[in-house]
Amino acid sequence: MGNGDPSIWAGVDVGASRTKVMVIDGERRPVGHAVVKSGTNFTESSDQCLEMALAMAGVTQQAIRRLISTGYGRKNVQRADDTKTEIGCHAKGCFHCFPHPITIIDIGGQDNKVIKVDGEGRRQSFKMNRKCAAGTGAFLEEMAPRLDIPIESMDGLARQSTQMVELGSFCTVFSATEVLEKIRQGKKVPDIVKGLFLSVIKRVLEMDSLTENVVMTGGVVAHNPYLVEMAQELIGRPIWVPPLPQLTGALGAALYAMEGDRR
Amino acid sequence: MAEEKLALPKIQAAGMMKQYMSDYFYELNEAATTKKQKIAWCTSVGPAEILRALGFLVHFPENHGAMLGATRMATDMIPEANAIGYSPDICSYLTADVGAYLKGVTPLSKAYPGIDSVPKPDVLVYNTNQCRDVQDWFMWYGREFKVPVVGIHTHRGVGDVRGEHTASIARQMEALIRPLEEISGKRFDMDEMKHVLALSRECSELWKKVLDTAAAVPSPITFFDGTIHMGPAVVLRGTQRAVDYYKMLLAELEKRIQDKVAAVPGEKFRLYWEGMPVWGRLRDHSMLFSSHQTNVLASTYCNSWIFSDFDPAEPFESMARAYTKLFIVRSDEAKEKYIKDMIAFFKVDGIIYHDAKTCPNNSNCRYGMPQRLEKETGVPSLIINGDLNDLRLISDEQTKTNVEAFIEQLEERK
Ligand code: SF4
Repeated sequence: MGNGDPSIWAGVDVGASRTKVMVIDGERRPVGHAVVKSGTNFTESSDQCLEMALAMAGVTQQAIRRLISTGYGRKNVQRADDTKTEIGCHAKGCFHCFPHPITIIDIGGQDNKVIKVDGEGRRQSFKMNRKCAAGTGAFLEEMAPRLDIPIESMDGLARQSTQMVELGSFCTVFSATEVLEKIRQGKKVPDIVKGLFLSVIKRVLEMDSLTENVVMTGGVVAHNPYLVEMAQELIGRPIWVPPLPQLTGALGAALYAMEGDRR
Repeated sequence: MAEEKLALPKIQAAGMMKQYMSDYFYELNEAATTKKQKIAWCTSVGPAEILRALGFLVHFPENHGAMLGATRMATDMIPEANAIGYSPDICSYLTADVGAYLKGVTPLSKAYPGIDSVPKPDVLVYNTNQCRDVQDWFMWYGREFKVPVVGIHTHRGVGDVRGEHTASIARQMEALIRPLEEISGKRFDMDEMKHVLALSRECSELWKKVLDTAAAVPSPITFFDGTIHMGPAVVLRGTQRAVDYYKMLLAELEKRIQDKVAAVPGEKFRLYWEGMPVWGRLRDHSMLFSSHQTNVLASTYCNSWIFSDFDPAEPFESMARAYTKLFIVRSDEAKEKYIKDMIAFFKVDGIIYHDAKTCPNNSNCRYGMPQRLEKETGVPSLIINGDLNDLRLISDEQTKTNVEAFIEQLEERK
C-alpha cells in the first residue's frame, strides 16, 4: 500500500434492482457505504457505488485488502477477489448485528429470502421465493404508479390508513387488477397502500416458519419502517432491524472478505 | 469460468449404449415401415415383458418425451398441445410428445438419419402406477391412430404391498393376454414369458449394481450419468442386449472404484436427487454441481427401474408385486423410509428435491416431506423449482443461487 490509507475490507452486493457497497475497518466497523441503481451495466454501477463508499470512508482503492461480491450481478464485479451467494452474505451480515439464533426475512427488489441461522452463526436452512414478484419490492414498484403515487410516499400514506383494504390475490398481475377495482369502488389510497403492505408481509410469512428471533432486512424494509411495525403486530413479537437494513448483504460480503484475508 | 473448463472423466461404455439404442430405434422404424412386426406403445413402468413375450416391438412415449426434453425441443412443442386443449399444467412429457406429433417432428430424425417419425402403434398399453396422465395420453393416440388401448389400473398411495394389491394387478395383467394375442396374431407362450422376465430381472439386478457403485467414496458415477445410462433399462429390459450392456458398464465402474477414479474430481460433497431430472439442463446442472466439487450421485428416479421382485417362477404375481412396490406408487411413510435408507447407504450430505411443475407425481416435496426427513435425519435439503421438460418454468439464475448457497451451507457444517 504505502499511501497511508488504513486497511479496509469491502463487500459489493449487486442486486437485481440496487447495488450496495459496505466497507469495514479492522474492527469490523462500517466506515463507508453507498447504494445506487443497478441499471443495465452491473460493472459500471458497482464501480461507481464502490467509489462512493470509499469516499465516505475517506480512503482510496489501494486501501482495499480484499473485496467480495454477492447478489445477482456478483460475477460482474471485476475487482472482486471472490464471490459468495447473497444467502450466505445476508446470514453473515445479520448474525454480525444480532449474534443469536435468528430467522432472517430479507425483502429484496426481485426476490425474498428466509434464512435460519443458529447460535453459532451457521445456516440451518434457507428459502427463496419462487420466480415470481409476489411480495417483493417489485410488487410495490408495480403498484405505486397504479395508485399514481411516488413509491417514497407509501410508508407515510400507509400510516394514515383508518380502514385497511385487503387484497386477496397472490399474484402481482392479478393484484394490479384488484387495486384498479378498489379504486373504482372509491376506496382511499392510504387504505389500499396499507393493504399492499399487508400483502407483502403475508407473502413472506408464508415462505417458512419463524423460529427464534426474527430479523427483517432489505430495501423494502429500509424504506418502509411502517411495514415492519405491521409485521410485528401480526406475528405478536418484536422484530429486529439492523442499522442499515438494505446493506446487510454487503456487510456480510465485507465480513467474508475480512475472514478470507485472515485465513 | 471454472465451470466451462471442468473435464469430467468419460464413461467408455457409452459408445456401446449408443449403438444399442440406435439398433433399437432402427429396428422399430423398420418394423413400422415394413409392417413385419407389430408395435406396442407402453408406459415406462408398464408391463413391457408381456408385450415382448408376445413378439411386439415396444416404443416408450415417455422415453420420447425425455428425448424432446434433452434436445430442448419440448418447450416449442408444448404450446401445440395446449392449443388443442391440454393444460400447460399437466405432464410436459405428454404435452411435448403430443405437440411434436401434431407438428410432425421428432428428435429421432436428427439422431437417427432416415427415421421420419415415431413408429406407429398397433396397440397402446398403459399402467396407471405412475399417474393418470399416461392414460389420457395413450387414449389420445388411440383415437388418433384408431387402434386399441388397454391398461392396468394400479392402487396408489400403497403402504405395505399386500397380497390383495398384487392379486388384483396380476389378474388385470392376465386379462391383457387375450386382446393382445389378437392384435399380435401370436399365441401367448408361458416359457417365452418366463424367458423375457428372467432377462428383465437380470437387467434390473445389473442396473441396481451399477447404481449402487455410487456408494463408493469417491463415487464413480453421477445421477446425471445415470439418467443417460438408464436408457437400456427403460427401453430394452427383457432383452439380452440390455443385460450385455450393464455387464460392461458395471465392469467399467468397478474398475473406477478400484482405481479411485471419481466421477466428480475432488468429490467434497455427496448429494441425493429426489424427483425428475430437468432434461434440458442435464449438462448445465452436472457442471454446476461438479464445479463445486459436489457429486449428485444417487436418485429415486434412476432407481425406479429396479424390479428386484421379478420371478420367472410366478410371472404375473411377481410382476404385479414389482410394479406396485415402485416408489411412485407408495404412501408417504413408505417413501420416507426408502429415502432414509438411501441417505444411509449412499452416505449423502444433503438432498435436492426437484419440484417439477408439471409432474406432481414425482415431486415429493409438496407435503412437508423434506422438513420431516430433515428433522429425523439431520441431513439438510434444498428444493429447486423447475420442470422435466418445460423450460419456461425454470429460472436458471435462481437455481444456481440456490444450489451455490446450499453448498456454502454444507461447507459451513463440515
Ligand atoms: S409420472 Fe409425471 S412425468 Fe411421468 S408420465 Fe406421469 S406426469 Fe408425466
